[in-house]
Amino acid sequence: MTDPYLTLVTSPLTKGLARRIGLPRPAPLARFRPGQPLLAGPALVVSGPASAADADAVAQALVGWDVDVRRHPTPGTSYAAVVVVLTGLTHPGELSDPVLAAGATLRSLARGGRVVTVSRASTAEVAPAVAAARQGVDGLLRSLAKELRGGATGNGIVLADGVGADAPSALGALRFFLSTRSAFVSGQLLAVDADAGAPPADWDVPLAGRVAVVTGAARGIGAAIAATLARDGATVVAVDVPAAGEALAAVANRARGTALQLDVTAPDAGRRILEHALARHGGLDIVIHNAGILRDKLLVNMKPERWDAVLAVNVAAQLRINTELLTSGEFTRAPRIVSLASTSGIAGNRGQTNYAASKGGVIGMVRATAPLLTAFGGTANAVAPGFIETEMTARMPFAQREIARRANSLLQGGRPEDVAETVAFLAAPQSGGIVGQVLRVCGQNLVGA
Amino acid sequence: MAAPTNATAQPAAPEGATGTALPRRAVVVGGNRLPFARAGGPYAGASNQDLLTAALDGLVARFGLQGERIGEVAAGAVLKHSRDFNLTRECVLGSALSPQTPAYDLQQACATGLEAVVGLANKIRLGQLESGIAAGVDSASDAPIAVSDGLRHALLALARAKTPRQKLAAIAGLRPRDLAPAAPRIDEPRTGLSMGEHQALTTAQWGITRAAQDELALASHTRLAAAYDAGFFDDLVTGFRGLTRDQNLRPDTSLAKLAALPPAFGRDLAEPATMTAGNSTPLTDGAAAVLLASDDWAAARGLPALAVVVDAESGAVDFVHGGDGLLMAPVFAVPRLLERNGLTLADFDIVEIHEAFASTVLATLAAWADADFGRERLGLDGAFGSVDPDRLNVTGSSLAAGHPFAATGGRIVATAAKILAERKAARAGTPDADRPVRALLSVCAAGGMGVTAILEAA
Repeated sequence: MTDPYLTLVTSPLTKGLARRIGLPRPAPLARFRPGQPLLAGPALVVSGPASAADADAVAQALVGWDVDVRRHPTPGTSYAAVVVVLTGLTHPGELSDPVLAAGATLRSLARGGRVVTVSRASTAEVAPAVAAARQGVDGLLRSLAKELRGGATGNGIVLADGVGADAPSALGALRFFLSTRSAFVSGQLLAVDADAGAPPADWDVPLAGRVAVVTGAARGIGAAIAATLARDGATVVAVDVPAAGEALAAVANRARGTALQLDVTAPDAGRRILEHALARHGGLDIVIHNAGILRDKLLVNMKPERWDAVLAVNVAAQLRINTELLTSGEFTRAPRIVSLASTSGIAGNRGQTNYAASKGGVIGMVRATAPLLTAFGGTANAVAPGFIETEMTARMPFAQREIARRANSLLQGGRPEDVAETVAFLAAPQSGGIVGQVLRVCGQNLVGA
Repeated sequence: MAAPTNATAQPAAPEGATGTALPRRAVVVGGNRLPFARAGGPYAGASNQDLLTAALDGLVARFGLQGERIGEVAAGAVLKHSRDFNLTRECVLGSALSPQTPAYDLQQACATGLEAVVGLANKIRLGQLESGIAAGVDSASDAPIAVSDGLRHALLALARAKTPRQKLAAIAGLRPRDLAPAAPRIDEPRTGLSMGEHQALTTAQWGITRAAQDELALASHTRLAAAYDAGFFDDLVTGFRGLTRDQNLRPDTSLAKLAALPPAFGRDLAEPATMTAGNSTPLTDGAAAVLLASDDWAAARGLPALAVVVDAESGAVDFVHGGDGLLMAPVFAVPRLLERNGLTLADFDIVEIHEAFASTVLATLAAWADADFGRERLGLDGAFGSVDPDRLNVTGSSLAAGHPFAATGGRIVATAAKILAERKAARAGTPDADRPVRALLSVCAAGGMGVTAILEAA
C-alpha cells in the first residue's frame, strides 16, 4: 500500500531530477488529526453584488469557526482557502468578476489549499439565463479543480432554491470541503436539497450519542470507517462474516464498540443487527452499508454464480436490511444510511458488469430510500470511492495499478480514511439536508463523472 | 431458590426453579472460543498466552468490554510451561480488558475450564463478584519439554556457584544422557498408561462395541457441522490465524469411513480393540472463555442472561487400585448432584457429556442404565437412568470439535447456555413456557476426576 512513485518525486534526493525531466508531481496530502485548526491560514470570501448577503453569512460562519476571514483579495497574501459565493447569479455574464478575482489568488494558494464554490441548482424551472449561469458553475469548478496543484482541491456546494447559504447542511458541507477530512475529494458538486439537519453540539465529536453499524468492518475501508465513526463519538457495532472474526474483533476493540459476526445476506440480518444495537446500545441511528465483494469477469465469460453473488451482497442485502429497519419503528432518531457505491457504478469498468450493476443499483437505492426517511429527519446517501490504497488494490497488476493511481487530479490513490471521513460527514447531524446524493472520493478521477 | 434480599433489583425466581438457597443467581452471559486446531496445525506457532489472549479479546469485542474492570478472570492450562507463571493475569494484561482486572490460574486436568466456571459462579452467587470470566487454554503443539533431572540439578548448582572452581564442578558431573530432554507425558504417572489405554480397559469392561462408538462419533460430526451451517456458532466462535471452523470437523465423514480406521488403543488386550482415531479425540490446540455475571451487572450493560449456573459436583475414582475406569468419575458425581437438587435424568432437556472418547460417553451411559451398578455402586434401588440420544450433545462435542484440555469446559458451558436460551425462547407462548429448561454437564478428567454441573435457562 505504499506509493513508490510519490516518494520518488517528493524525496529531497530525487525531486529535483523529477522536476527537471517534467514528471507529474503528486503532492503528499495532509489528513485530519483531532485538534487540528480548520484552516492553517486565512480564507478569502468573494462574491458578486447579487450574492453579497449569502457571502456575508458564509463569512460569519467562518469567523465563528475561528477562521481568519478576508473579504477582499490582497496581492501577495497566501490563502488557505477561497470561497466563491455565486448564489445570486442571474446571467452568465455575472460570473466574471468573482471568478476572476478568485483566479488571481490561485498562484499563491497555500499547499493543500481549498477552493469552494457556493451556487444554486440549475433546473428547468428557472429562466434560461439563470439556468445557464448556474450550470456554468459546474463546468468552471470541475475545470478549476484540474488546474490546482500542491494537493489543493476544488469542490462546490449546490443549494436548492429556498435553502439558505447558512443552512446546516450548507455550512456542514463547507466545513467538510475546507477541512483536511476531504483531502481526496476534488471536483465534486454536492447538492443540498433541504434546510434539515442541525449543527453538532461539538464539532470535534459530531457523532456523540449516536449508535452506528458498519458492515464489512473487518478490514480496509470498513475498518477505517469504524475507527473514524468512533473517533467522531459514535458507538460502533462492527459487522462482518464469521470467517473474518479475528480481524473484526480487533477493529471492534480499537473502536471500543462491539463485534457482530453476521453474513449480511442472511434473511434475518436486519433483525439481528437491530436487536443487537437495541439491546446493547439502546438504539440504532446510523447504518453504513460497506460490505461488498468483487467477482470480476468479462460479461461474455460471466458465470451465474459470480453475477448473483455480487448482486446479493452488494445491493440486495442492503435493500433487505433497509426494509427491516424502516418498518421496525426503531430507526427514527434522524437516522442516516450511507452506502458504498463506486466510480465503476457511475462510469463503468471493463470486466465489472456485475460489480457496476450492483454499485449503480446502490445509487438508485439511496435516491429512492432517502424520501422514505425525511419524515424522521433521516437521510440516505452514497459514497463512491475511486482508486483507494487497500489490500485489494495492492493485488492489482503493477501497470494497471499505476495507471489507476495517476488518473486523477491529485495524481495519487486515496486512503481508506479518506472514504471514512466522507462517510462520517454524511452520517453527521449537520448533513440532514443532503439526501439521496452520491459523493465521489476519487481525487477527481478522470472517469466516472 | 430463596427470596432475593433486594426484591426490586432481582428478577423473581421462576416457579419450579432448582438450586440451593442462595441470595442471588450467577448467569452465563455468553462465551467466545477459538476454532480448535489439530496439534501441529495452524496454531503450532502460538503459545498458550497467544491463544488465551485471543479468546479473551474476542469475548471483549463480542460484549463491548474494552477497558472494563471484570471482577475476576479464572483460567488455566493443562500443558503448562514454567514461564506460564501467572498465565491468566498476563493474558488479561495483553487483552483489551482493564488492567485492573485481577486473575488467577487453576488446573484440574480436563475439568479446568468447568471448574473455573463453578468457582466464579459461586463467588458471584455469594456477592463477592459482579462479573467474572472463566476460561481455559491448551496448546498440544507448544507443549512444554522439560530437561532431565541431571541437567536441571547441574544448572541449579551452576547458578549458585560463585567461583570458577565451583562452576566447573557444577558442570563436571554432567553425563551425555542428561542432555536428552524429558519427553512430555500425558500418561498417568501412577499407572504409566496413557488415557487411551486406560479408556480401552473401561471400554472392554463395559463391552462397548466399535459400531456404537463410530455411530456416536458420526453423530458428533454431523451435528457440529449442521450447527455451524445454521450459524449457531456465529456468536460463540471467533476465527484465529486463518482458521474459522474446528479443524477436526469432518462434515463428510460416514460410518463406512469410520469403520475403515485401524484401532489405536487397546491392541494388547484380550478383547478386540475398538477405539480408533475416529472415535477418540485427537490432541488439539485452542482456548475458550465464558462471561459470567450477576443479573444486575448483565442488565446494566444490556447483556443477555442465557442460563443460570445452578449447582455443581466434583468427583474422583480410585482408578489405581479400584475397578473403576480412569474417566468414570462423573458416573458417581452426577447421581449425587441430581439427588441434591431433587432431579432425575429425565428432567434435563439437554445433556452434554464430554467426548474424551466415544466409549467414555457410552460407558457412562451404560453404567447409569445398569441396575446392578445402580444398586451396588450408586446405592440406588436400581438403574440410575438413561439419556435420550436426541438430548445428548445436540450440537456435537469433543469428538468433532477437538479437545484442547482446559478449553473444553468453556466450550461446553457457552454452547449449552445458548441452546437453553434458544429452547426457552422457542417455548414462549406455549403451555410449556414456565417449565424450567435444564442442561446437565459432565466432564471427565485425568487423575480419575470429573466435574459436573447443572445449568438452567435464565
